[in-house]
Amino acid sequence: MSVITTEGLTKRYPSVTALDQLTVQIEPGIVGLVGANGAGKSTLIKILLGLNDATSGRSTMLGLDVADNGGELRGRVGYMPEHDCLPADVSATEFVVHMARMSGLPADAARERTADTLRHVGLYEERYRGIGGYSTGMKQRVKLAQALVHDPELVLLDEPTNGLDPVGRDEMLALIRRIRTDFGISVLVTSHMLGELERICDHVVIIDAGVLLRSSSTAEFTRASEQLAVEVTADTEAVADAFAEAGLQVGRAGNVLLVELAGEATYDVVRDTVAQLGQGLVRLEPRRHRIAEVFEEGAHDAATV
Amino acid sequence: MQPRSDQAPSPTADTAGAATDPGPEQASGGVIHDIGYRGYDGDRLGRRAVARALFVHSLRGVYGVGRSPKSKVLPVGLSVIMCLPALVLAVVTVVGVGQGIVDDVPLDYSRYAIVLQAALAIFLATQAPQTVSLDLRFNTLPLYLSRPLERVDYVVAKYASLSIGIFILLAVPLLIMYVGALLAELPIGSETADVMSALVGAALYALVLSGIALVIASVTSRRGLGVAGIITVLMMSYVVVTALQGVVGIDNDDKSTAGWFGLLSPMTLVDGVQVWALGADPSTPAGPPNNAAGVVFVLVTLALIAGCLGLLVSRYRRVRL
Repeated sequence: MSVITTEGLTKRYPSVTALDQLTVQIEPGIVGLVGANGAGKSTLIKILLGLNDATSGRSTMLGLDVADNGGELRGRVGYMPEHDCLPADVSATEFVVHMARMSGLPADAARERTADTLRHVGLYEERYRGIGGYSTGMKQRVKLAQALVHDPELVLLDEPTNGLDPVGRDEMLALIRRIRTDFGISVLVTSHMLGELERICDHVVIIDAGVLLRSSSTAEFTRASEQLAVEVTADTEAVADAFAEAGLQVGRAGNVLLVELAGEATYDVVRDTVAQLGQGLVRLEPRRHRIAEVFEEGAHDAATV
Repeated sequence: MQPRSDQAPSPTADTAGAATDPGPEQASGGVIHDIGYRGYDGDRLGRRAVARALFVHSLRGVYGVGRSPKSKVLPVGLSVIMCLPALVLAVVTVVGVGQGIVDDVPLDYSRYAIVLQAALAIFLATQAPQTVSLDLRFNTLPLYLSRPLERVDYVVAKYASLSIGIFILLAVPLLIMYVGALLAELPIGSETADVMSALVGAALYALVLSGIALVIASVTSRRGLGVAGIITVLMMSYVVVTALQGVVGIDNDDKSTAGWFGLLSPMTLVDGVQVWALGADPSTPAGPPNNAAGVVFVLVTLALIAGCLGLLVSRYRRVRL
């Protein structure tokens, strides 16, 4: 069953059309909603939550019509907004307990769930301090915690990696992955960066200027074949030649050699070849083709036609 | 409907394991058991219970409970300032009656709010923005409205919490004075009647002043603007109205026109209702001049309360999220 469907969903502001006849079905799992700033991602989420009214069209969440079942639905989904939304002078614990109560949890359950949820998002001792003194990364975790505290069936995460450094970004993405795999909660996550969503999403929906560009599973986006990224201490050129002699398909991206992964044996060949040349391995990691590459090729094709 | 039938392997198995099998780690101590994610199958309360929880939370916030120590200073300090004179008056009543110096409470219950209106106005000016502006300033409103609560519930809960907070602020000193009167063995019947009608007056003050203060505070996310706006509206209107009443009513001896002026400031308006409907002595130069004026005072008061609620509802219906 689809967790979210929209049918001809349109939102017009006096000067701009934010969503234009958007029709999508979103299945359970982690779904990435990708688009440039102003593509209509936040507008879609706000309409689903009843924070904003659609100009026309229908939408459902968890099988219920959004317009008719707003109150009930809002108890069963969680929402992490894009913008800052945390008061400065209360602690994370107090704030999340309050938000749990606002979702309808009784006082004791709210306290228990808050302790659990803050632990799961990785806030420990600092949860008793005022939120005003938190780093961006910690604030994002509190925002995520308040969206999860009532154990929703679906969470809508609007730009959860906004403002995070690369490490914080990776941690947040791993956390989002866990929301699905460990917590069993469906996720709709937006980003303007395709690259980060493809790492965690089962399905990607791309919208631009309020229009659906593409909706398909991540597996369809990324090619079946995988590559190995290899980086060596020196003499990359010679190593590339040696790989080619050993029968491997080699490409280059700067200092990194991209070797087509034919099977487990490829790892051994790479290791042995590098060792024979007396070089050291700096990096050896599997890498999927990225969705962005698919798009670049698509754009290239379109340009040449 | 089974939206979560595809849930990850049941976490309850781990939970049960950790609970029933203390194992050798327990003896060594300091081992953290990761019991994994636990879902929530308990009660989910409805919209009304959520609104009630928001009301209680906001009422605590009015007195700084559950906020930082810095946020407690003003409401607690002002509460003390509101109660101290009542305590002194209660002592004066007990001692004075014992010595035979006085034979009544030194200050009418119904006049207490107007006499201490400076503290009352500062309390409203700081705590009304605390009640609503913070949610606007920190953008917390979308978190409330993406939950089961409806917009009107939010408004009603906030209005109710500030009104009850102000009512408590006014009622406690009245009760202190009342206890003083009882200890001084003044006639219970008339004292009880007086304090009861003063409590009704206090409820009206609370509703009118909270409504005005919230409307002002809800327009701005800037706390300072809210504070200044509320102080200005409450205090300035009172000063101007009583000055006009003084000039017209006492210097020109036109009590009737002066009485009508009372409609123009919230403090004198509610005082007029107390005078006409609750039989209190006027605390202003002139009360409502006749019964028709009295009815008008009551209707304006009720319309003001309804109007503030209506303005708040429409403000939050159109708020940008």
